[in-house]
Amino acid sequence: MKENVIILGGGIAGMEAARQLLLLGERPVIVERADHLGGHVADWHRLFPDKSPAEDLLEGLRPGLEGAEIHLGTTVSSLNALKDGYNLTLSDGSKLHGRALLFATGFELFAAERKEEYGYGIYNQVITNRDLERWFNTGKDSRLSGRPLSKIGFVHCVGSRDLKAGNPQCSKVCCMTAIKQAIELKERFPFAEVYCFYMDLRLFGKKYEDFYIGAQRDWGIHFIRGRVSEVAETLDGRVVVKAEDTLSGRPLKVSLDLLVLMAGMLPNPSATALARQIRLDVDDDGFLRSRDNLAGIIASNRPGVFYAGACTGTKTVPETLAEARSAALAIHNYLQDAK
Amino acid sequence: MTDFGYTLSRSSTVNLDEADRSLWLRLEKLEPDLRLCMACGSCSASCTAAELGGMSLRKVILDLDRGRDPAPIVSACMLCGKCSMVCPRGINTRHLILSLCRIYEKK
Ligand SMILES: Cc1cc2nc3c(=O)[nH]c(=O)nc-3n(C[C@H](O)[C@H](O)[C@H](O)COP(=O)(O)OP(=O)(O)OC[C@H]3O[C@@H](n4cnc5c(N)ncnc54)[C@H](O)[C@@H]3O)c2cc1C
Ligand code: SF4
Ligand code: SF4
Ligand code: SF4
Repeated sequence: MKENVIILGGGIAGMEAARQLLLLGERPVIVERADHLGGHVADWHRLFPDKSPAEDLLEGLRPGLEGAEIHLGTTVSSLNALKDGYNLTLSDGSKLHGRALLFATGFELFAAERKEEYGYGIYNQVITNRDLERWFNTGKDSRLSGRPLSKIGFVHCVGSRDLKAGNPQCSKVCCMTAIKQAIELKERFPFAEVYCFYMDLRLFGKKYEDFYIGAQRDWGIHFIRGRVSEVAETLDGRVVVKAEDTLSGRPLKVSLDLLVLMAGMLPNPSATALARQIRLDVDDDGFLRSRDNLAGIIASNRPGVFYAGACTGTKTVPETLAEARSAALAIHNYLQDAK
Repeated sequence: MTDFGYTLSRSSTVNLDEADRSLWLRLEKLEPDLRLCMACGSCSASCTAAELGGMSLRKVILDLDRGRDPAPIVSACMLCGKCSMVCPRGINTRHLILSLCRIYEKK
């Protein structure tokens, strides 16, 4: 009988890897802690750079999972390395053995309430990138309903590039997400003024710069180069945002109906805890450490353990999918060689 | 000389060939974190002496880097330390300003 390939995490990395492993004739087993597959992407509405529905992407991955063993609402209680693979005890008490193990445990979104000066969880006018995606999906958010939105702000780098928040790294997807969401709000509220507060704009990918140009030319979105220092509520139910307008060199303030915080991508602590149980290297940024960052991104420091997606660092969807395919092939080759 | 109705003013070009960066170099020895500034403006935005006094640590650091003397701006600083709480690069900004003031004192 085929040996199990255990996939920790059923986000798009885990789903795509399982799909490819099935095509290669292997036996993937997904262990997912949530009650559904899809990970963060299941929370998103439309994806850059094509503004395609996130649901379409998941819809495309699901049929390929027929035949995979999937444990939803399940976590790993213990993980042991054996001579011939890995032993897991799951939260429901069952046991699993696999010759190969794929970490597809993804990232954790920065908890925006930790940056108290931005007022998330204190003021109803302050929401996160995730809240906005969910609102686009469900139309439900008491903070957003029934209020006119005529002035809207976006704060870049919330919990990223910030030593005080414990994360000096750039999350790389949030400049693009801010511009995408700014345009999506302009589509819904054409007369709103929209301001993006940034330190640097990092729009590195295919078609990303087109979004930036479009945001300026077609939507008149304002870009202000300065990091927001504080947010406070006003008497008339708005929030006033303070920053330095570094290009004019003067203090700046503006009152807004809505402020969207671009929470960053952080390492997933539960993945780190599992990694420690079998002595996998953790990088100094807190993500799982790849064997190297050029040709060995999906490889670990242990035989039979592989990585895909945001568990090794911030990744876009296409990067995640490419790594999942590459990891599936590497696992297949590993199992062939072991025979 | 013929009066043309205007005078030549000094060029406003930042001429890096002639910039005098000695002040930066002196401060950098005492405060190596000076190099970490990414000009985000958080210090200036939270500064108690910004609105009225025109203080901006971001500008001070930029001036030093470009070989301009920031003395007129620095004089507005009250050394309250508020900027140290916000710098995302973890620069001990108050201490940095203090070191700069000490250099001025020795001059
Ligand atoms: C606000 C925002 C918007 C974005 N928009 C885009 C976009 O438009 N286009 C784009 O290309 N990219 C976008 N991204 C990036 C995209 O979300 C990631 O590339 C993608 O989510 C990575 O997938 P993943 O499967 O590696 O990780 P995740 O999506 O984090 O999935 C990990 C899965 O593993 C599960 N898991 C974690 N730990 C355990 C455990 N210990 N046991 C069991 N299960 C576990 C989780 O429940 C989850 O289901 C965006 C990111 C953010 C933050
Ligand atoms: S991608 Fe942009 S918003 Fe996100 S951390 Fe990097 S610079 Fe900041
Ligand atoms: S220490 Fe000086 S520069 Fe910093 S906030 Fe106080 S007055 Fe402003
Ligand atoms: S807060 Fe720090 S990084 Fe930002 S401009 Fe001031 S000194 Fe530079």
